[in-house]
Amino acid sequence: MAPTKSAIPAVDGWFTTDGSPTLLGSRCRTCGTYAFPREAHFCRNPDCDGQDFDEAPLSRRGHVWSYTDARYQPPPPYRAAEPYEPFCIAAVELAAEKMVVMGQVVPGIGVDDLSIGTEVELVTDVLYEDDDHRYLVWKWRPVAPGARSAEADDTGSADG
Amino acid sequence: MADDKRVAVLGVGMHPWGKWGRNFVEYGLTAARAALADAGLAWRDVQFVSGADTIRNGYPGYVAGATFAQALGWTGARVASSYAACASGATAVAAARAQILAGLCDVALVVGADTTPKGFFAPVGGDRKDDPDWLRFHLMGATNPTYFALYARRRMELFGATENDFAAVKVKNARHGLANPNARYRAEVTIDDVLASPMVADPLRLLEICATSDGGAALVLTSTDFARRHAGGAGLVTIPAVSTVTPRFPQTVIEMPNFATDSAVSVEGGIGSGFRHSIAHAAYEEAGIGPEDVDVAEVYDLSSALELDWYEDIGLCKEGEAERLLRDGDTEVGGRIPVNPSGGLSCFGEAIPAQAIAQVCELVWQLRGRADGRQVEGARVGVTANQGLFGHGSSVIVTT
Repeated sequence: MAPTKSAIPAVDGWFTTDGSPTLLGSRCRTCGTYAFPREAHFCRNPDCDGQDFDEAPLSRRGHVWSYTDARYQPPPPYRAAEPYEPFCIAAVELAAEKMVVMGQVVPGIGVDDLSIGTEVELVTDVLYEDDDHRYLVWKWRPVAPGARSAEADDTGSADG
Repeated sequence: MADDKRVAVLGVGMHPWGKWGRNFVEYGLTAARAALADAGLAWRDVQFVSGADTIRNGYPGYVAGATFAQALGWTGARVASSYAACASGATAVAAARAQILAGLCDVALVVGADTTPKGFFAPVGGDRKDDPDWLRFHLMGATNPTYFALYARRRMELFGATENDFAAVKVKNARHGLANPNARYRAEVTIDDVLASPMVADPLRLLEICATSDGGAALVLTSTDFARRHAGGAGLVTIPAVSTVTPRFPQTVIEMPNFATDSAVSVEGGIGSGFRHSIAHAAYEEAGIGPEDVDVAEVYDLSSALELDWYEDIGLCKEGEAERLLRDGDTEVGGRIPVNPSGGLSCFGEAIPAQAIAQVCELVWQLRGRADGRQVEGARVGVTANQGLFGHGSSVIVTT
């Protein structure tokens, strides 16, 4: 692996990649409604005709609304590492924004390490890499992970 | 019920579900001919063809109404094609019903059919970085079962659902489908079989997640006047209501294929009931009935756990009581309010544009007393419920 390979977001403008990354949503200047990914043209509130939005960094911490895992390799356009390692996905409630945002959970965390209500925070991690870049995505990480370390279930890479 | 909102279902037909690997048009044609024969009508009697689209079978799938019309032989019939993901069939029914109720035609043919690839549904090809359906696979590896599993985990946490409850739904539906000649999977399974099947998306196992199938279904819908002239009034099966509602802001439950829910910050006071709850209730309201009038239901069991959500969402019980309904045997054939007597998606797998139409076919057979081996005795009112990706409600009331 080339040590000089640069890390870039897998999608432009959805999150920051600094030491304290945040998701970048939008906030309607008229009614205050948030959206993620960001809205640029229309407010989702049917009673608001706002068309001007501010970029809105979303809360870095939230609580798990629900969670699951992916025991089988998802189909393309997901780009899984070989061999495939199952991962968790969480839907996380953000109190200030009154919304739920999904994302993968960092590697090493299994479903037994998660509960509804678990406090998590946003980090960035590698989604996949090619010869030129490592591509970053946002992930959720428990603020105080359970004692149990993750044991990735070895269900192989069978086609679900 | 307001008679003027009814259309008659004169004919129903299906091509058996399976993994046949043939062109979807063949399944649609088989179903259409069966429905016409069932109605005692000829293809030339059809004035309006309403196709439910498939997006995985090239251009003919996007113009399904015309594709089926051409396959049956051009007659000059008017045509429309609908796409609403899993709700496409109900949208096609709604289009045909509106034509009939507006007096624009007397006889309409509704057809949906699909040929599906193996494995997880993936988005259609190409790099589409502005399509949330493409992005959710690319950025999160979030498949359809991911979302089903999020809901299942919530049921366990909020209402004490157990792995056994989810498995028991599968066992029930497998038993229902045993005698259904159109079902793909016709084998009894036990709780142990289900719990021994591989975990796919915790807490959901392979036998609890609906497969993807090939299949076709069709309906012949007519005005009630035409039906009485053609077939007499006795035992007429009608559709008094079709719900194709969209969600109401703020949608606070995460839905496929989204990354996030709506934000509720701008909404004063409490948030109303969720989208799934609104789907059948809009149909009940249109029909002037309530859930207490329903004798049989066909709901979209994309997962075994999701069937329990539907019990509450279509009003068979209060929130949190679905497990009790299941454990008491109320939703089995022979129980108080049987759900998915056809065997449901559990026994069919999903043939997307055909599925909502197939739900109506089953209710028609039930109301005619012709659902051999799975008959709900004395059924007079049935309801279907289903939900399509990107905010498509689907619920059809069928009555005698």
